Amino acid sequence: MSAFFTVRSLVIGALLVFLALLPVYVATTGQFFPLTLFTRIIILALAATSLNLILGYGGMVSFGHAAYLGLGGYVVGILAKEGITSGFAQWPLVLAVCALFALVVGALCLRTRGVYFIMITLAFAQMIYYVAVGLDRYGGDDGLTIYRRSQFAGLIDLSGKVQFYYLCLALLLAAIWLVSRLVNSRFGMVIRGSRSNERRMRAIGFPVFRYQLTGFVIAGMMCGLAGALLANHTDFISPAAMHWTRSGDLIVMIVLGGIGSLFGPLIGAVMLLVLEEGLSRLTEYWQIVVGPLLLFVVVYAHGGIDGVLASLRHA
Amino acid sequence: MHDEVILLFEQCLNGLQFGLLLFLLAAGLTLVFGIMDFVNLAHGSFYMLGAYFAATFAALTQSFVLSAVLALAATLAVGMAAEVIAIRKLYGRDHLDHVLGTFGLILFFNELVRLIWGPAGMNLALPPYLSTSIEILPDVYYPAYRLAVIMVALVVAFFLYIVVMRTRVGMLIRAGASNREMVSALGINIRLLYTFVFGVGAALAALAGLIQAPILTVQIGMGENILIVALVVIIIGGIGSIRGAFIAAIFVGLVDTVGRAFLPEFFRLVMTPAAASALAPALSSMLIYLLMAAVLVLRPQGFFPADGR
Repeated sequence: MSAFFTVRSLVIGALLVFLALLPVYVATTGQFFPLTLFTRIIILALAATSLNLILGYGGMVSFGHAAYLGLGGYVVGILAKEGITSGFAQWPLVLAVCALFALVVGALCLRTRGVYFIMITLAFAQMIYYVAVGLDRYGGDDGLTIYRRSQFAGLIDLSGKVQFYYLCLALLLAAIWLVSRLVNSRFGMVIRGSRSNERRMRAIGFPVFRYQLTGFVIAGMMCGLAGALLANHTDFISPAAMHWTRSGDLIVMIVLGGIGSLFGPLIGAVMLLVLEEGLSRLTEYWQIVVGPLLLFVVVYAHGGIDGVLASLRHA
Repeated sequence: MHDEVILLFEQCLNGLQFGLLLFLLAAGLTLVFGIMDFVNLAHGSFYMLGAYFAATFAALTQSFVLSAVLALAATLAVGMAAEVIAIRKLYGRDHLDHVLGTFGLILFFNELVRLIWGPAGMNLALPPYLSTSIEILPDVYYPAYRLAVIMVALVVAFFLYIVVMRTRVGMLIRAGASNREMVSALGINIRLLYTFVFGVGAALAALAGLIQAPILTVQIGMGENILIVALVVIIIGGIGSIRGAFIAAIFVGLVDTVGRAFLPEFFRLVMTPAAASALAPALSSMLIYLLMAAVLVLRPQGFFPADGR
């Protein structure tokens, strides 16, 4: 504990204050676009936070995490189409479906290590993608419009832009809190330990596989929740939500923000999406900048933004 | 001959052709992984570039074969340039860095193609001598182009095998895979060798891309979905093994093609037509992934893991 007021904690504090006060700014100017953009950023930050639990702390490089975004969205979308709009039914089912999928996929993928793990998680996500493309009843390739957002019996109205924004923000902060509790618990120590030296953890007597699988399932459920939020946000779900480039985006957010840091995914999500938004206004070909930039960060700035901030002495 | 048997025969040939195409893609991937220990997600970009180059050169030269040769040379050059400029800096990093760096390359190449060739796709027309059908069995006709593809891919596979197993360059490549420092200590320019291998891998992907170009539309991102199938191939075959990639590619090609053709019929036997037509498309695209899952349960390292890994 060197100092409380480090550059890093100031930046994170300022970001949180900004996020908390954004609806006030929007209400005074009457321009709703920033609110829509930041709702999206917060939802994707939630997804990236869930991935950070297994990728950043557990060292499990899952390249198929967007599958849970899609699964969560499709559970909401399919139930809504079949006439079940109650959030009390939809959201628990989202968690259950994602937990089940993560359990099966995780049990298979965690038999392997390293590059096999990356490719296999990618392949299973692609499988779910094609299943969604094949679902003719639910729009297939074109996707599914959600005519009614999840209903919470007057408790909260998801159609209210500000209410929905604060719900997403609260869930994100809850997720970050949960991750911080998890990674500092005995459970977290085991998955962090198995990241640095799995063989040694096993030699000490920890059933590493079970711990890793539990982490995988928790991350899947958390990301499924983000998927349910995303579907409610866009009133739409399509296979594109779980395209493999989306999984790549989530990893990019984590790496940009800083791997294995609590607020890294949030910082990375803000960075990436604001950068995209800004560049796409400048030029239609904005990805020609983002691609090499990503390569540059990978080659030269390894700890991400959070790593740079942490290395700065207090200003 | 019985219609169903003919259909099965044709689908098997189609599956073989798809499998060989997958092999061309997977060979480059597995070669680069086996030798440089590098995961190249941007491999699909070379597939796409091969198709775009071929379509462009075909418009200029009016010759299919000449444009194919030019496209291979151009992609070889792009691949080697990418290796020298970017990829080289990522060797020896962990696999997450490879994935991210090449993900950045994919974004770059997709956008570059859009900048140069525009967002609309292109078409590559077949020359007349390849757009006919040949009677391969009495009363069974098969497209000449697909037969030519099978032939070319088999020749390339054979040639690759000879180069890797029977020539001096192949010997150096195999030596570099098992011990990089030792090879460079013996006075071999290992960096140049790596650049060369990466370029050849890119050219193989370009060959696969330009082969598919007359059958499908040439478009941005065309290499991405097939790349994941190629990843499934090298997972099943064992990463780093060319022999494994060959066998797994043909197997995956056959399962996918024949499965897509016959699964709907099979479903109609055991369930109502409505349920069958709803389930079959979704399930037949799952087949190869289920195959992969089964292989993982039986042999987590694939069927032919490369030596020393």
